[in-house]
Amino acid sequence: MTRRIAVISAGLSQPSSTRLLADRLTQAVQQSLADSGEDVTVDIIELREIAQDVTSNLITGFANPKLAAAIEKVTTADGVIAVTPIFTTSYSGLFKSFIDILDPQSLTDMPVLIAATGGTERHSLALDYAMRPLFSYLHAVVVPTAVYAASSDWGHGADAGSSSLPDRIGRAANELAALVMTSTRSTRVIDPFALPAGFSPVGGYGAQ
Amino acid sequence: MQFGIFTVSDVTTDPTNNTTPTEHERIKALVAIGKKAEEVGLDVFALGEHHNPPFVSSSPTTTLAYIAAQTEKLILSTSTTLITTNDPVKIAEDFAMLQHLADGRVDVMMGRGNTGPVYPWFGKDIREGIPLAIENYALLHRLWREDYVDWQGKFRAPLQGFQSTPRPLDDVPPFVWHGSIRSPEIAEQAAYYGDGFFANNIFWPKEHYMQLIAYYRQRFEHYGHGSADQAIVGLGGQAFMAKNSQDAVKQFRPYFDNAPVYGHGPTMEDFTEQTPLTVGSPQQVIDRYAAMRDYYGDYQRQLFLMDHAGLPLKTVLEQLDILGEEVVPVLRKEFAKNRPAHVPDGPTHANLVAQRDAAALVKAADDATAPGVLTK
Repeated sequence: MTRRIAVISAGLSQPSSTRLLADRLTQAVQQSLADSGEDVTVDIIELREIAQDVTSNLITGFANPKLAAAIEKVTTADGVIAVTPIFTTSYSGLFKSFIDILDPQSLTDMPVLIAATGGTERHSLALDYAMRPLFSYLHAVVVPTAVYAASSDWGHGADAGSSSLPDRIGRAANELAALVMTSTRSTRVIDPFALPAGFSPVGGYGAQ
Repeated sequence: MQFGIFTVSDVTTDPTNNTTPTEHERIKALVAIGKKAEEVGLDVFALGEHHNPPFVSSSPTTTLAYIAAQTEKLILSTSTTLITTNDPVKIAEDFAMLQHLADGRVDVMMGRGNTGPVYPWFGKDIREGIPLAIENYALLHRLWREDYVDWQGKFRAPLQGFQSTPRPLDDVPPFVWHGSIRSPEIAEQAAYYGDGFFANNIFWPKEHYMQLIAYYRQRFEHYGHGSADQAIVGLGGQAFMAKNSQDAVKQFRPYFDNAPVYGHGPTMEDFTEQTPLTVGSPQQVIDRYAAMRDYYGDYQRQLFLMDHAGLPLKTVLEQLDILGEEVVPVLRKEFAKNRPAHVPDGPTHANLVAQRDAAALVKAADDATAPGVLTK
């Protein structure tokens, strides 16, 4: 079967280093899956392009058709690559707003690769104290290697050894690919009208 | 097919002149709007229930009784009555009393309420919203149908030999709608009892409500109340009109842009495209709402939200003139075209009494002809 990966890129400028990192991660995951003989399709969600729709959803409580399509791509994927710039010690506001409008159950057991960009290495731990708990709360499965790219990382080659950006990208991509390969999420049928187990329209008493 | 209006009773500053009605003015305006609904030939006036500013309608049955006393034909209803935080015993009593005073011109729409703090203010927990709606209504349903009720549940004190008074008018309880925006549990509940289901149809795209109503219709049939197209469906809607559509757009835009709920969000153009809000000529409103049956099937009740977001009373009354005189008469004709005979009309007390009597006759005939079966 063909696996589907959704890439969330929260970069604000165009071109953005966040998107650059997202693309590098995507290529690495595709390569890793291809090496294992898996077909994969990729949907890229550029949050910049739906920023106004995200804000409208926060206010009105519903997603317009364009945003609904983006949400569906994310929640029905076999794996997610989530990349945000780090602003003021954490993920960007736009990134969090997008996560906030998702149904809190919709990322349960979703394989997720978390990554971030920033001006200096000083913010790299934001991935582990902000991004990782966010997805843990949503019951997603976050791969151990999180990828942080500071501006200076784009000037290093693979000679930096096990801590180089290409090395970290490769490691994280392999970790995500291993989970995506066994995922059946994209083939699941979701029934929005499924009643909770044990539900009775008359409640506890008189249900008999 | 019944047409009417529903109101949330918000006290909102008019963004065009920065004036805010007092609570007293808004309450009197609600009464004027209710009376106007009857005057222009609408069938239903439904009033919300809220327990926090900027809303004034905390006691709908009081207000509805006052309007009932000044009207002749109008059905008084709610949008919604909080089945979660009200005591079902008090709902049984209040609405039976209103039903007597209004000579049966009363029904009620159950809703859960989505204002978090209201739950603890009334000693409840919002996380129990669905179980409260299910259990409280199960009790209410019995209180209106059984003379003496023994009852024990999770959410209120037990009852032994309790009789809710007054008994419903002609022993026929007020018709009940269940309103929900997204919960299949509530659609299931409405279907189980053979009650009506109301989709507010205001804030979300129609595709969402189409699915929810289709689900309710299917479950209504499953529970043996009739075929899916006989389920009792109500829809909300929203319109602002002027003879020329551009005038309507120009006049309504400041109210839209500053409205509670969706103001400062999407553009009016996007919102009118994505939801049933229609801002334009009466003909545009007719076209939009006549098409609703194509999406939802033939239904029983259409309510419009006409008086929110700070619109002054004078404007609201003008809008009701247009709605009652130009829009609803055409919609009545449109909805009557090719409506199958087996699709029920909108619920009225007279209909319900007739149904009850017809069912009793059928049962008596069955009992009389069934050999060896003792009749009660």
